[in-house]
Amino acid sequence: MDAVTQLQRQLVDYTNSLFLEGFLDDQFNQLQQLQDESNPDFVVEVVSLFFQDSERLLNELAKVLEQQNIDFKKVDAHVHQLKGSSSSIGAQRVQRVCITFRNCCEEKNIEGCLKYLQQLRHEYSLVKNKLETLFKLEQQLLAAGGTIPLY
Amino acid sequence: MGMAATESQFHVLAVDDSLIDRKLIERLLKTSSYQVTTVDSGSKALEFLGLNEDDDQTNPPHIPSVSPNNHHQEVQVNLVITDYCMPGMTGYDLLKKIKESSSLRNIPVVIMSSENVPSRISRCLEEGAEEFFLKPVRLSDLNRLKPHMMKTKVNDHQNFEKLEESEETQFQSPPPKEQQQLQQPPQPQQQEQQQQQPSNNKRKAMEEGLSPDRTRPRYNDIATLV
Repeated sequence: MDAVTQLQRQLVDYTNSLFLEGFLDDQFNQLQQLQDESNPDFVVEVVSLFFQDSERLLNELAKVLEQQNIDFKKVDAHVHQLKGSSSSIGAQRVQRVCITFRNCCEEKNIEGCLKYLQQLRHEYSLVKNKLETLFKLEQQLLAAGGTIPLY
Repeated sequence: MGMAATESQFHVLAVDDSLIDRKLIERLLKTSSYQVTTVDSGSKALEFLGLNEDDDQTNPPHIPSVSPNNHHQEVQVNLVITDYCMPGMTGYDLLKKIKESSSLRNIPVVIMSSENVPSRISRCLEEGAEEFFLKPVRLSDLNRLKPHMMKTKVNDHQNFEKLEESEETQFQSPPPKEQQQLQQPPQPQQQEQQQQQPSNNKRKAMEEGLSPDRTRPRYNDIATLV
């Protein structure tokens, strides 16, 4: 097997695993379909925005939850935003934690909120790692002269 | 009537406070060959449309002025697509303002939301929204935009005053093609004439078929809500 075929196989297998394990859902496919020769970096650009946005929101959440009197409306607003952006890029596991997190906001359950914030940080760092690995594999494939397969 | 190249393109104004979603909707719209302007708030949208929030609703159609704030008025907008949940002015508020404005009410408005709330959906449709899309919006959703925009294309070539008086608009629509530019002739006279009902939230819109790759329902008519 030559290098290109090997890298291609690796990329496909890795991508499939992300879908199987629920890290990504079909929305990520939709993003890839929007990428073409005129917009070759579209997916990376959108995902980078997601990374920036998520990190900001996670920090804001930590701040708000540290307060004496927690403003649950603010907490909910941040989680709602994160839910939206994770849904827009197909980061399914992050999105799902956001949904349960919001229930805790509604119930004004501080313990629950703190627990879900932890879980959110965890899921976010997982998907960030996965996506960065995915992009690296794509780069390696392109550098070897291959093209990214249509999944 | 000389037509510049850009006149044959539909221009969509997309409103969303989320940067990611703005980037997404812009790409979706451009892929569908629409000209796109994105803004991050309802008030900026109204500004772009040339409507001051304080405008008296009984004002006559806006006369283009040389004031720097009004230079946008020359830009035609064929459709507004807006997020529902936005800080300050919600998508619903924006929809209302547009529909209450004598100069803007014929612009079709589409609402997007990440939350599937039937009462929210009916409220928007009742207020005059043409469609309600659940987020994340997909390319296939955008196929439903063209028929709405084609109505405004013909209106642009009519006398503005006539628009004021009659709610009914008559236009012809050539048979739908794939995602290509449709050249609209200046005169509304052509072989295929189709009488269309006035823009009405209660009318049955184009065929609803659930595309094979999705199972979520789409909403554009109150009657179809489950």
